[in-house]
Amino acid sequence: MTEALVRAGAEVFIGYPITPANNLYLYAGRRYPTFMAAPDEITTLQWMCGFSAAGKLPVTATSFPGFALMLESINMAYMMELPMVIILVQRLGPATGTATCGAQGDIGLLSGMLSGGYSLPVISTSGPDDCWEMADHALKTAVDLRTPVILLTSKEEVMTQFSFDLDSLAAIESVKREYYQDDEDFVPYRRDERGVPAFLPVSSKRHQVRYTASTHNEQGILEGITPAALSNTIRIHEKIEKNLDAYLHYEYSRASGAKTIVLAYGITANAAREAVASQNEAGVPVSLLIPKTMLPVPGLYLELLNSYENIVIAEENHTGLYGRILFGAAQPDNVHFVTKIGHMISPDEITEEVKKHGN
Amino acid sequence: METKFINTDTLPFCKGCGHTTISQNTEKALQKLGLDLLDVILVTDIGCHGIIDKAFDTHTVHGLHGRSVALASGVSAGINDPQKKVIVFIGDGGATIGMQHLLDAAHNGYNMTVVIHNNMLYGMTGGQPSEFTPEGFKTPTLPKGATHKGYDICALVAAAGAGYVSRITGIGDISGQLAEAFSRDGFSLVEVMEICPSYGIKSNPGMKLKSLIEEAGIEIRVYADNARQTYATEERQNLPTLFDPKLAIGQEFGHELDKAVRIFLSGTAGEGVQSAAEMMVRAGMRCGLHGTKKGSYPVTVGVGFSASNIILSPEPVLYTGAPNPDVVIITSEDGLKFAGKIVGGASEGTLLIIDSSLPEIHTGARVVRHHFREHVGGRNAMVMAMFEFVRQTKAIPMKALEKQFLEGKIGANEKLREQIKEVYFPAGIQES
Repeated sequence: MTEALVRAGAEVFIGYPITPANNLYLYAGRRYPTFMAAPDEITTLQWMCGFSAAGKLPVTATSFPGFALMLESINMAYMMELPMVIILVQRLGPATGTATCGAQGDIGLLSGMLSGGYSLPVISTSGPDDCWEMADHALKTAVDLRTPVILLTSKEEVMTQFSFDLDSLAAIESVKREYYQDDEDFVPYRRDERGVPAFLPVSSKRHQVRYTASTHNEQGILEGITPAALSNTIRIHEKIEKNLDAYLHYEYSRASGAKTIVLAYGITANAAREAVASQNEAGVPVSLLIPKTMLPVPGLYLELLNSYENIVIAEENHTGLYGRILFGAAQPDNVHFVTKIGHMISPDEITEEVKKHGN
Repeated sequence: METKFINTDTLPFCKGCGHTTISQNTEKALQKLGLDLLDVILVTDIGCHGIIDKAFDTHTVHGLHGRSVALASGVSAGINDPQKKVIVFIGDGGATIGMQHLLDAAHNGYNMTVVIHNNMLYGMTGGQPSEFTPEGFKTPTLPKGATHKGYDICALVAAAGAGYVSRITGIGDISGQLAEAFSRDGFSLVEVMEICPSYGIKSNPGMKLKSLIEEAGIEIRVYADNARQTYATEERQNLPTLFDPKLAIGQEFGHELDKAVRIFLSGTAGEGVQSAAEMMVRAGMRCGLHGTKKGSYPVTVGVGFSASNIILSPEPVLYTGAPNPDVVIITSEDGLKFAGKIVGGASEGTLLIIDSSLPEIHTGARVVRHHFREHVGGRNAMVMAMFEFVRQTKAIPMKALEKQFLEGKIGANEKLREQIKEVYFPAGIQES
């Protein structure tokens, strides 16, 4: 992740250490052009916003307790439309929970983290290859849409060493940032055809730049609830939603004749890959969907899932968080869960649930 | 005076508010210093003062309550240009919330000037007291007056290492004092004493700012006046990749594995369990195997057990859990205690390699005992156990492990080399 992010153009890592994100902090000190040790997680996000407003691309890595402290500032970064990547390494909660135990317990928080119910792009890693590819996508999406992006992972992914083939890693090109070039005054929140405003750093010698957290118009002026300010708020939401195809990443393996589909993400995706492969090898066709772009929820996922008689969702939490995001509080009868806390879900546990519902 | 930085004659503050004095004098001070409009970045906090942004034609950044100094620290370190002037406007409420940010910015010497608009209460939310409210000062929610002295922020930031710190009275022409602070490199702070015309005066009828300052023992003076270096952000270019091809492990040997083998190593912290595990995975990679490794140890990493799960597999490893490992290797009492449950539940298909010094245990596993600790001591017991694992399972050629051992840090120990040789390579060990 560290190598990929730096190659993709990340310039500064700012962080406060927390288990299980510490490896990212340690490697960051060796690899990012600028490394800043912040005194806490609120400061981390504020510094990141400052660096981003100054035209740098910042990254941090944390876990739930630190992320919780960052929330208000992430809302600020969202409103200011500041590109950055926040790596969230999930561990067992609530509260401090168990720092050295993995979990997938934060997607519900992420889906409601912005007051108003808006979404940031949340991109999940589902295996070692994704640490490379999705990290690159996360940074490029942050720049492309002028937004913070959450890169979601977990303890078992960050604290397990994997052998990997250096030659299999795709080349990563450094992101090209295009700054506002015109002579006309810079309007910091004026939409382009995709709803994304142009960017200029607060060091610009040509144009005045305003960054504003509170509800503001396209000039960045606080206006309360004027139509111009409210439409700007909606524009930011639409920027993330309508450009979803630009950062839509998932794996879908359709097994011919399958009536059951398994959905798993993050650390559970590998167990699901094993479980589904073993079923298919045994002549029981089962399909597999591994979402990587987790939020906002792509409608495509629901289309795919709803084309099956049985849906098995495996995730390492007790309540079936992502399943609830997908299907709401009234779960359809054909949606089945494999959930667990304290241990990774095994391929056998997924297979067992799949078997209960035939193919 | 013709204004350059402020774009309006009508500032948004109540009549008689010190915030107006500060804004107008900031204009004057910046003019005195001859700064260009776009060399100034004004970062504002939440509070009445924070609505000033739109009146300034400089760059402006308007953030969260209490966080403006941290935000400005990022702006300042991000721009990394001492020619730029970062100014923070913050109230006594914001300074209370963000006290740590103030101390931190002073401590690091970020290039900025913080102007605290201290009107001794929270004006925007109805006149609640802040930590800056002086003793005896009344607010609408504190009708009996504050019972203790307010924070001396100037003393605090001076102690934290600020280059220039002063407290001034926000009456009349204060542009000289502001310009003095603005002209400094590194971190400077001016606390401007004001009285809120809406809540302060109403709650303390007849009170004058100057007499209040005197009676409360608030010192109007310069607290720090030292030359301090501006924080310079390190921007390291062309750092070496973490993926140095020289570190890559290529395939040199073959292997006999037709499926993954999951190995659980359990020993004592400080006895090289993690290093031995890594050595084993690297040896496997030399044989074209895929490998994973993860450690388990108490939060205090230097005491108690140290365990490691490793998987060697001819196919890429997907699921990395191992509730029922194929092989369990235990080299110490700590390790046995930690692995007790796994060992107790193990069946015939599991191989248990355990140090001879450990007690008999009830297990269904096939047990191999060996004098690891006696031969090489606790520190290298797990290294030796790796050789025993390979001898027992033939998962990889012994020579692959031998080569990894000799070329790694562990094999630099001459005595250990001899001890390993004595047991596993009686016909001779290949010296590197």
